[in-house]
Amino acid sequence: MPPAFLSFAIWIPVAAGLVVLAVGSRRAALSRMLALFGALAGFLVALPLYIGFDATASRFQFGETSSWIPTLGVHYALGVDGLSLWFVLLNSLITVLVIVAGWRSVEKRVSQYNAAFLIMSGLLNGIFSALDGALFYVFFEASLIPLFLIIGIWGGPRRVYAAFKFFLYTLAGSLPFLLAIIYLRVQSGSFSLPDWQNFPLDHGTQLWLFFAFFAAFAVKIPMFPLHTWLPDAHVEAPTGGSVVLAAIALKLGAYGFLRFLLPIVPDAAQEMAPFMIALSLIAVVYIGLIALVQEDMKKLVAYSSIAHMGFVTMGIFLCTALSLEGALLQMISHGFVSAAMFLCIGVLYDRLHSRQIEDYGGVADVMPRFSALFLLFSMANAALPATSGFVGEFMVIMAAAGKNFWIALAAGSTLVIGAAYTLWMYKRVCFGAAASEKVRALSDLSAREFALLLFLALAVLGMGVYPFPVTEATHTSVAELLRHVTTGKIP
Amino acid sequence: MELKTLALLIALSPLFGALVAGVFCRSLPRGVAAGAAIFGVSIAFFGSVLVLLDVLAGNTFNGEAYQWLSSAEYRFSIGFLIDPLTSLMMLVVTFVSLMVHIYTLGYMRDDPGFNRFFAYISLFTFAMLMLVMSNNFLQLFFAWEAVGLVSYLLIGFWYTRPTAIAANLKAFLVNRVGDLGFLLGIALVLAHCGSLDYAAVFARAPGLSGVLFTPWAGASWSLPTVICVCLFIGAMGKSAQIPLHVWLPDSMEGPTPISALIHAATMVTAGIFMVSRLSPLFELSETALSLILVIGALTALLMGLLGIVQHDIKRVVAYSTLSQLGYMTMALGVSAYPVAIFHLTTHAFFKALLFLAAGSVIIALRHDQDMRRMGGLRKYMPLTWIVCLIGLLALTGAPFFSGFYSKDAIIEAIALSSIPGAGFAYTAALAGVFVTALYSFRLYFLVFHGQERFAAAHKRAPDSGHGEAHGLSFGEKPREPSRAVTVPLVFLAIPSLILGALFVEPLLAGDFFAQTFADTAHGEVMRGWRLHFPGALAMGLHALATPVFWLALLGAGTAWFCVLFRPEVPAMLGRRFSVVRAVLENHYYFDRLYQKAFADGARALGRGFWRAGDTGLLDGALIHGAVRFAARCAAWGRALQSGYLYHYAFAMIAALAFFLAFWVVPAWGASGFPR
Repeated sequence: MPPAFLSFAIWIPVAAGLVVLAVGSRRAALSRMLALFGALAGFLVALPLYIGFDATASRFQFGETSSWIPTLGVHYALGVDGLSLWFVLLNSLITVLVIVAGWRSVEKRVSQYNAAFLIMSGLLNGIFSALDGALFYVFFEASLIPLFLIIGIWGGPRRVYAAFKFFLYTLAGSLPFLLAIIYLRVQSGSFSLPDWQNFPLDHGTQLWLFFAFFAAFAVKIPMFPLHTWLPDAHVEAPTGGSVVLAAIALKLGAYGFLRFLLPIVPDAAQEMAPFMIALSLIAVVYIGLIALVQEDMKKLVAYSSIAHMGFVTMGIFLCTALSLEGALLQMISHGFVSAAMFLCIGVLYDRLHSRQIEDYGGVADVMPRFSALFLLFSMANAALPATSGFVGEFMVIMAAAGKNFWIALAAGSTLVIGAAYTLWMYKRVCFGAAASEKVRALSDLSAREFALLLFLALAVLGMGVYPFPVTEATHTSVAELLRHVTTGKIP
Repeated sequence: MELKTLALLIALSPLFGALVAGVFCRSLPRGVAAGAAIFGVSIAFFGSVLVLLDVLAGNTFNGEAYQWLSSAEYRFSIGFLIDPLTSLMMLVVTFVSLMVHIYTLGYMRDDPGFNRFFAYISLFTFAMLMLVMSNNFLQLFFAWEAVGLVSYLLIGFWYTRPTAIAANLKAFLVNRVGDLGFLLGIALVLAHCGSLDYAAVFARAPGLSGVLFTPWAGASWSLPTVICVCLFIGAMGKSAQIPLHVWLPDSMEGPTPISALIHAATMVTAGIFMVSRLSPLFELSETALSLILVIGALTALLMGLLGIVQHDIKRVVAYSTLSQLGYMTMALGVSAYPVAIFHLTTHAFFKALLFLAAGSVIIALRHDQDMRRMGGLRKYMPLTWIVCLIGLLALTGAPFFSGFYSKDAIIEAIALSSIPGAGFAYTAALAGVFVTALYSFRLYFLVFHGQERFAAAHKRAPDSGHGEAHGLSFGEKPREPSRAVTVPLVFLAIPSLILGALFVEPLLAGDFFAQTFADTAHGEVMRGWRLHFPGALAMGLHALATPVFWLALLGAGTAWFCVLFRPEVPAMLGRRFSVVRAVLENHYYFDRLYQKAFADGARALGRGFWRAGDTGLLDGALIHGAVRFAARCAAWGRALQSGYLYHYAFAMIAALAFFLAFWVVPAWGASGFPR
């Protein structure tokens, strides 16, 4: 039997988290080292997934199945395809970065902090690799808890408000989802996702299932108008929390669309596509304009995240191979770029304890290395070609123009709006004369911060210059997904 | 060497220079960074010469370097197309870039950002080469945005100056508006041709003619027109055509060498290059060509007029660039692609020369750019004076100078065209000749002749510049800058002088471009032009008797009259026609309109959405409203459970009464009283 890499990717970080928790915060240095070790181990066991992945096969790979709750028919069933593979890799990688990023800036309850991230990393991997509806739901709900704690304990002044808002929003969304899962189990007699994907459903059923899935996943992404929890959560979350929230947690919703909504209720998805595209365009234009007037850097990037995720949902519901792969690339890229943006803001916050744009100005003079990297990430956020930020948006716009010119035009407005809010922020933070004595006294990146951002910079550039390997591994899975959507399943 | 390897070497060597100078810009000694950059660009230049020779020998290349992405039935690649157009552009780009690199050694000598500057201009050279060498739309767009990025970085090179960082943001955003059109054009090309490779698209282009585009139910437009207008919007951004021109004058906030390289000679001509490169598409739509012609004519004339009222020496040259780009655009509009490229080439040399000469004056006057504080400089800077005069004569189109051949060809081509708008364009082009001569010689007389006004300059507070003191100190005389500055001037003056006469025959009358551009019905213009072409020398002689020449002479004379002979006349005219003056001095109010409508408008809209939508409706009314509702329900529930026995007893009696009234009594009523 081949090694159970997916189980490793889930349980090694969780186990490492428990060990770190046991070590306790008194031995902060040791717990940091152990956390880093655990995160690295988690990433290393995820690597074989990429190396051993067979891009030509449309089935789920690295599968593991064993019975978990026999009376209910729940299985511990794992597997990845060309879509979920990337999220497991991205999540395992981001966990390492988050542990490193919190090395100096987190002083309070160090071991609990690191443990929360490790456990969450394992749970998130569980979500991305679960092939059993009940198992997925368990992971999906469980992953809320560490993030809730991270925001609620290590967050800013309004952390409790933000944490509860985040928790209630997502919980409210996932209750209809639970009903949908139970309904599907009762009707089909199985919890297996592949079974559900082939199970015929009539039009009315598909429609209410669509809204059940929509409630759970649209909140996570988040789609307009269910997005107002995100800016609050980001503003209050510690840097690491924001990074994981933006880079991974937001992708859960889009992943849910790809894994549940499109293949299980394809006809409803087709029917509701115009509605979903309209919401996506609102995210791009309306949210983009809101981002323009934000005074808090984190809030600005949070709103820009929503706008970028608008491209993801648009790509998913345009439903062509080009747009779906574009959505996927946009998600991966956003994982890097938003992580980097939040880390950059964290770097500034650690020094000046302010996220208000007006408190900055002239940072380029005192922090040249930081400013160079921050500019690169800002440009990636503004979708400059040769950065990863361009690839997904380009593909989605290309696909949109094939369907409707005006959708492409509205989506393309991000070229102007996205550049406006990102670069205007950059201008006010980095350019100009030094805003105050405090700014003049800022120190440039430490070696640890520099290494972290440089790594992300290389990832952003690498994916922008040569995205070929990513799409190559997804073609078959996307084709399989499209097959489900185009054939439909109304009996 | 194989052409593909050579192409790769040419493109990548400036990138190498940029990386060396940029990545280590804080640790490398200046000589090494500059050396690496100059080395990279030199290789690119000599390689480009080899490529041109190869192309002259009849070789071309079209092939893929690597595959960027594939998806569904589409594949997107990075690749090179080497043909006559490309090879000429490569030569222009690398030569001007090399000259600017050398010039920078002198101009930026004392700047703390010396290494960074070299990194940027080498990176720009790389991006621009990728742009002209591309064999597909994707890479064209890549490089298109990349040159925009470097332009952004260089306009904001002195990033502590408020004016510079306002200008670079503005430049980026205005260009992005153009890029949006460009990207949509590309998207339509992909949607209807199934590929982004030039060769594949051009092969399928004739099939697009007559295809209709349905913007909404009931309407139908010509698809080629929609595609071409979208693509041209991109060109309008980059090549600064009305109404997307507003960024270029402000871009003069950047150091002068990049004004020469990017905002005059190369990057701003990318739009001209793009339309020429895509001629098989543009030839499909006469409507689009007409639009191009009219936009070009408006830009050529209106922007030239603004050049007359500027005081900043660089801004005069900047407005002249806008106006000359308008001329090139007009040439595109009448399908005279070789003429547009020819003017692009001559303009690259004489405009780079003019900017660098202006830079030389600026150094000599210690970073004072106001022409009102210049005058009489010919005594102190003879070399700058001569080369500047050459550049201005070329710009004005004085016979036998390089600019004459290209500009005259444009005017003749417009005269030969019958496309709608040609009559208007012809008038604008002729009026533009007068205006060009007027602002050119106004600059010339103000700077090099007349009273020496720089001596008084030190009394004034500096109103622009990097925050150091500006202008000469008392009694100090301007002098010619170092050789790093003057040598490039000479090397640019030579082609400004002779290039036109040398190239006019092979480029326009000969068969250098025989296979390059689409040849359709509009090709009449070029064929007609060739028919009339009498040879370079005769063309110059013949011009002396044409109205074009007399208009130019009149313009120069007017400049002399207003600057040297009767200096009080301009002020008097300004008072007399104060409305005209106000319009010109406010640049036709474009900036103010855009600021109000787009910059302020977008912010007001965003603020409105945020207050009313996100915090008002969604968070305030719905989310917090739901929370308040839940709290109120809970409060009622709490009130019910008071713990007092009489409350509960009352509730029981009330409920009993309720049931009796609504359930028991009606039941009696229905079935009668029980007996």
